[in-house]
Amino acid sequence: MNLDVHGARVLFEIPVNIPVLGNIVITETVMNTWIVMAVIVGLCLFMTHGMQVHARTKRQIVAEFIVKKVNGMVGENMGEHFLQVGYAPLIASIMGLSALCSLSSMIGMYAPTSDLSTLLGWSLMVFVLITYNKFRAGGPLGYIKSYFEPIPVLLPFNIISEFATPLSMAFRHFGNIASGSVITGLIYAALASLSSAIFRLIPGAVGEVMQNVPLFQVGIPAVFSIYFDIFSSCLQAFIFCMLTMMYIGSAAEG
Amino acid sequence: MNEQLWTKAIVMGSSAIGAGLAMIAGIGPGIGEGYAVGKACEAIGRQPECKGTVQSTMLLGCAVAETTGIYGFIVALLLMFANPFIGKL
Repeated sequence: MNLDVHGARVLFEIPVNIPVLGNIVITETVMNTWIVMAVIVGLCLFMTHGMQVHARTKRQIVAEFIVKKVNGMVGENMGEHFLQVGYAPLIASIMGLSALCSLSSMIGMYAPTSDLSTLLGWSLMVFVLITYNKFRAGGPLGYIKSYFEPIPVLLPFNIISEFATPLSMAFRHFGNIASGSVITGLIYAALASLSSAIFRLIPGAVGEVMQNVPLFQVGIPAVFSIYFDIFSSCLQAFIFCMLTMMYIGSAAEG
Repeated sequence: MNEQLWTKAIVMGSSAIGAGLAMIAGIGPGIGEGYAVGKACEAIGRQPECKGTVQSTMLLGCAVAETTGIYGFIVALLLMFANPFIGKL
């Protein structure tokens, strides 16, 4: 049984030697994220190509449906103000990127969302937006004052909880996708050793050949893949967006 | 040389046990999410017209409740595949 769990492989390095950060390392994560981004841009161009006032084509109906849904979600969870400022495209792009990145593991690519760096980047962006909205709602003084509430003794805990928000968002998404890929790997390895153990019992040359063929790997993992890949990916994308909207919305309320 | 091997074996074995112990954290979210889903079923049974709202709130709550279990899983993952203790030998 050989179980192979690994992080993102380094493809190549760009030798520019930035003082603190060093060379720019191009990993599978970076490459696959760019592929997914290109797919999303292509999908958007395809769906909005040749739009009419009254939707006649299927792709325009789908595009309008998605836009309406996201607008409704943002208006409901964050308020009308955020809808007009233009948070709906941000939420929609996070959701699309997250879902397609996670789903890309189904065609054998290394899912960018099973790399913690991707999620930490996204949640850092959310953290910046939360802090910006807190500043905007209460001003610099109100922002500093919010750390001393309800009593000044709680200052360290308030600081911890400020940083815990983006960290827990990143860890939650990463943990769900990574646990799915670990369990899928375990299932594949277990099915391979199971089929080799059973087919070894066949006498003669047939058994010799058959014990190297992992026949049970056909079909059975697909059942688990429905949960761990399709359901979990879409759910985590939805949850990441919902939490983003709720944190930003509650930050603006002050 | 032999002593080093022993030390490494002990560290690796302890890390494996630690990873297993860390996954005990999965019990909490399991119970909590089961309770939440049970309550959601009750709520839908009482008011079937609220099904959509109840469902999405329940999924969000489950995801938040899951966090502690995920932390346990990440500790286990670190101990298994990116062990910080072996490098310190």
